[in-house]
Amino acid sequence: MAVKEGQGGFFTSRLSDGIAWARKWSLFPYPFVTACCGMEYMAVSAAHYDLDRFGAAWPRFSPRQADMLMVVGTISQKMAPILKTVYEQMCEPKWVVAFGVCTCTGGFYDNYATVQGIDRVIPVDVYIPGCPPRPETVLDALMKLQDKIQSEYHPLTGSVRKSA
Amino acid sequence: MTDANAHAHPVIACLSARFGDGLIETHRHRGDATAVVRPDRYREAIAFLREDTDCAFDFLTDLCGVDRLELKLKPRFEVIVYLYSSRTNSRFRLKTRPLNDADPVIDSIVDLFPAANWPEREVYDMFGVRFTGHPNLTRILMYEEFVGYPLRKDYPVNKRQPRLPMREIPDDRPGMIFL
Repeated sequence: MAVKEGQGGFFTSRLSDGIAWARKWSLFPYPFVTACCGMEYMAVSAAHYDLDRFGAAWPRFSPRQADMLMVVGTISQKMAPILKTVYEQMCEPKWVVAFGVCTCTGGFYDNYATVQGIDRVIPVDVYIPGCPPRPETVLDALMKLQDKIQSEYHPLTGSVRKSA
Repeated sequence: MTDANAHAHPVIACLSARFGDGLIETHRHRGDATAVVRPDRYREAIAFLREDTDCAFDFLTDLCGVDRLELKLKPRFEVIVYLYSSRTNSRFRLKTRPLNDADPVIDSIVDLFPAANWPEREVYDMFGVRFTGHPNLTRILMYEEFVGYPLRKDYPVNKRQPRLPMREIPDDRPGMIFL
């Protein structure tokens, strides 16, 4: 039975909410760390800011086991195909966080080597500006991503993301 | 251009005694000495600075390139070698200028200083200066498909050569979170 978003009955929408609740509190990040923002990512992950409060502390270094791709740092043109491969290797459902201004727009690296924002290569869910972002900004982004996940429709099968 | 007191510097004195008119110019600034040698004597000068017991420059700090296009100087390219002597605890800078602007070629010094291997590849990658005798003169930072030399002053600053097709990004992106 194919159920479209907003057309499900009481049971299916409760089920979707339940799946969303489970997913948003068990995000497994894949840290795609290429540059100095990685230091700030480590600060966020460590005990002081404690990403584990949001169930998002345990980095999985295999894209197949992760559902939140954190792109942390400048992505060069040389690195872009690798980022795309990692994104494609991740199983659905998956979300992408652009961490720092270089990943969002290329930052001040307006030059021959740098991708002018990773959204030119893969779709992005949350953009975190800053050079580097404060840990509080990252936590804010994570909570907003959780809100987004909660508001999405989660079918038992198929893709959460309707268009890439 | 030659500094009148340059001969007071021991390394410059050694070099000018040995190379004579192979030395194009010398320069000293706050204790840092520089010499510019003719490209055909460049390799020999590096070997001399390394082997000579008074100079004894046993450590290659760096090797880099310069594009002097906007300075309107000829020849256009310059290769700079930074040397350090652990024997005398002193530093020296040797420059040379490949003669052909269209296809700059200079001798490799990898056999004298193995540490020059990657810097020479970087200069090749960024400026297109070819080093004859280099064991593996390929691009080191840019990807193989890259065309041109990005640090040349006539490389367009906005030119992009993406390896993947770049998506067009609409201004209005529903569902995206901007903090």
